[in-house]
Amino acid sequence: MNVGDQMPERTYQVTRADLVRYAGASGDFNPIHWNERYAVKVGLPGVIAHGMLTMALVGRAVTEWVGRPDAVVDYGVRFTRPVLVPDDDIGTEIAVSAVVRSVTEDGLVQLDITATCAGEKILAQARATVTG
Amino acid sequence: MPLDPSYVGRTYPPTSSYLVGREKIREFATAIGATDPAHHDPAAARALGYPDVIAPPTFPVIPTVQARDPIIDDPGLGLDYSRVVHGDQRFAYHRPVVAGDELLCTTVIDEIMSRGGLDFFTTRTEIATDAGEPVVTVWCKLVVRGAE
Repeated sequence: MNVGDQMPERTYQVTRADLVRYAGASGDFNPIHWNERYAVKVGLPGVIAHGMLTMALVGRAVTEWVGRPDAVVDYGVRFTRPVLVPDDDIGTEIAVSAVVRSVTEDGLVQLDITATCAGEKILAQARATVTG
Repeated sequence: MPLDPSYVGRTYPPTSSYLVGREKIREFATAIGATDPAHHDPAAARALGYPDVIAPPTFPVIPTVQARDPIIDDPGLGLDYSRVVHGDQRFAYHRPVVAGDELLCTTVIDEIMSRGGLDFFTTRTEIATDAGEPVVTVWCKLVVRGAE
């Protein structure tokens, strides 16, 4: 991979069912991710996705693009905006793209990642380093 | 109430181990739609040089949170979990987590900071096998909204 190489945008649909499945698999049962009453009570606009589900989907985008499930050596994000997931069958959509920022002398590839939902960025400082 | 900054630098040794199950990795991979055979099929993982199925990159959050939650429940720290949002998250890997790993988490409170009416609370978790092999370092920053 070379500096400037682009990962084509990938999109992921996220529904309430996905949040329930992720809650069970991860053990994160915070009610803001499944209980509308609770989410509103604590000041959120509604049920929101787990930040770690977003991070997992972005990680998937990166490893699938690179083509190796064990390629990631460093991966960090800042969560900047909640992903609201409506109570319908469509849910919402997260779009992920990335660009190669640098390639180190020992062949590690550093990616700058962009993730958006409803046209707004949901992550900042999202970076992954993968083996080349 | 702000967090007690005297907690910075405290280190919490592992209190129990986390045994990584093959079915847990499969369940986690399925929940995030990760279909790579190395997450599901031991033979596919062995072909990549691993003894059993490998976990997706964010899987280590599970033992990390299990080790951290009792720490942030300490009333002396003053962290109101109902006001917490997830700020930053980072993983630095020595290798992927593999089914059969017996993981030990050492948690360090790296930073406590207040700014603009928010408290920031960062932990670093060093995850190693019971044989002492380092696997991954996990940083997690929580943001605590002030009382209204």
